[in-house]
Amino acid sequence: MPDLEKSRTDGRYFMRFTRGQRYLHAVLFTTFLGLAGTGLPMRFSESYWARKFASGVGGFGAIIFFHKLFAVVLTLAFALHVRDIFARALVHREKGIFWGSSSMVANWKDVKDLLGHLRWFLGFGEKPQFDRYAYWEKFDYWAVFWGMIVIGFSGYAMWFAPFFARFLPGWALNAVLVIHSEEGLLAILFIFSIHFVNTHLRPDSFPMDMVVFTGVESEEEFKTKRPQEYQRLAAQGKLEARISAKPALWLVNFSKVVGFSAILIGLVLLVLTLSAYLRE
Amino acid sequence: MKIASSIAFILVAFAAMLLVVAAPCAATAQTDCLACHADPSLQDASGHSIGVDAVKFGSSIHGGLKCGDCHATIKEYPHPDQITPVKCESCHADQAAGLAGSVHSVKAEHPCTSCHGDAHAIFPKSDARSAVYPLNVPRTCGACHGNDALAKKHGLPNVYPLYIDSIHGFALSKEGLLVAANCNSCHGSHHILSHKDPLSPTYKANIPNTCGNCHAGITASYMGGVHGKAVAAGHLNAPVCSDCHTAHAIEQPTAAAFRMQSTPICGSCHKDKFSTYRDTFHSQLGSLGGYVETARCWDCHGAHEILPASDPRSPVAKANLVATCGRCHQGANLSFVQYQPHANARNRKLNPALYFVRLFMNLLLAGTLTFFLIHTILWLIRSRYDQVKRRVAEGGKHA
Repeated sequence: MPDLEKSRTDGRYFMRFTRGQRYLHAVLFTTFLGLAGTGLPMRFSESYWARKFASGVGGFGAIIFFHKLFAVVLTLAFALHVRDIFARALVHREKGIFWGSSSMVANWKDVKDLLGHLRWFLGFGEKPQFDRYAYWEKFDYWAVFWGMIVIGFSGYAMWFAPFFARFLPGWALNAVLVIHSEEGLLAILFIFSIHFVNTHLRPDSFPMDMVVFTGVESEEEFKTKRPQEYQRLAAQGKLEARISAKPALWLVNFSKVVGFSAILIGLVLLVLTLSAYLRE
Repeated sequence: MKIASSIAFILVAFAAMLLVVAAPCAATAQTDCLACHADPSLQDASGHSIGVDAVKFGSSIHGGLKCGDCHATIKEYPHPDQITPVKCESCHADQAAGLAGSVHSVKAEHPCTSCHGDAHAIFPKSDARSAVYPLNVPRTCGACHGNDALAKKHGLPNVYPLYIDSIHGFALSKEGLLVAANCNSCHGSHHILSHKDPLSPTYKANIPNTCGNCHAGITASYMGGVHGKAVAAGHLNAPVCSDCHTAHAIEQPTAAAFRMQSTPICGSCHKDKFSTYRDTFHSQLGSLGGYVETARCWDCHGAHEILPASDPRSPVAKANLVATCGRCHQGANLSFVQYQPHANARNRKLNPALYFVRLFMNLLLAGTLTFFLIHTILWLIRSRYDQVKRRVAEGGKHA
């Protein structure tokens, strides 16, 4: 794609994520990697690598300490995100947060897009015209959102078990571990395989979609990936307002180092998880 | 110079004359034997030292005896080169009888001296110079039982290194505790029997009593528990002391290594309980090295006087659970102790709620991943197909 290559260097750039959203993603993936890295040895504590890793970092005490530390940081980030959404919706009266074409909330178009996308995979139709957030991106968002509540709640229930036992039945204390570990496993397998491929490793974005690190994307990328949003903004004359500066070279390089490290760590954890899971 | 050599000649001649004169006489006096055997370099035909340290012998437990008391076949001088071996059993009949019936009965391989040391320097076992003084016993037995080749030859474990690093070995070698168990304390000395022999103190059924010789209190409480009662009733598949603590490599029970190794030991019999325990947080945390505080079997069930939950004195009896769980979990209440440390999420009848929670989570996991895996693979193929097609159309290079 020579034209795309060219526009990546010379063309116009459009803002997709704010600085706050990029920081949120950074905190999210850092703590997620930390939680996965410390959670997996606990889940697969019988396996060789888990024990080696645990003794390498200072034993189980260190593992649980960092697991709890990452959990608290992630909980705070989650709380700030929820506060931010309600502030934008209720205080700043921003429209289209809870419903509409640029909302994260799923709508009828997402169902049609999913079916259309599947038809296109098999060669039975045209590729759907995606809007600001495609259906798989919404799924990613809500999977994490639901995961935070489920994993977070079950995790805190174990951390403060005697307190939670005041209003939870006894069997729930057994259930929270099952829920925590299964949901955690789902999150890890999903993020390190599906999310990595869908967002970063698929041919259109390979090897990594930089937009979540730099916040901006080229006009060509914008047009191909989210044609409906592009056309809507162009029709409303709001396209110019989104034009942004080309990302600085240091930011691109820094993002690549961070991003590839995250993907690499994730893939290693994925392999370890799968090997331990299949051996159970 | 001349005078000196003359004196030497006279002395040698005199000595030779004396020997010739004494030849037919009985050689019974200590001094007579020592005339030759005091020379430490004296050797027999096969090269063994036959010198005797008279001072050391004099201070030994046999110091009051005459040479002829043991070397009874030697009546006169000169005596034949080949002499009959000394028969210790002529005095030590009980010990000899014990040895004859023991695992060390082959006399050629286990002469008395193999444990008691130099025959002319045997000290009572209360003497620190004795090879069988309590603090020296492990080294003495270890001369054979710390030898890999020998252990292999007889199909025995090489126990010396295990013992010497054990809590008993440390008490003995580091603290010099005379009461610390040495080899003899459990195995006896002369009449050592195989652990398969019902008369042996190391026979399974006898082990509680053997250990109880020192650990009387523990044995008493063990005998009150389910395992002790089972063993007393003749059920020898129930564990005795050595099944959990091992025989030689006994660890301090609070030591991390022992806490790490012990749960699988209980689990080797209680397989179902072990497998459900392993599903819990207690086990998952506990399996990772370095964290030994999580509950192991005996933290809840007790170690020696293990009682069934139906016994009101048991720490896992319903009425005692708040106190038992509360030892680790501050603030444990009645609802908290409803937690099942051996819940089986795979058993629908025993734990229905847990079973369905697990089923739901598994379906969610499998369903989500299956759908998106297919979705992603199809997407990858289609995207790649389009990309290549586009590049071909543009006349660019492939991939």
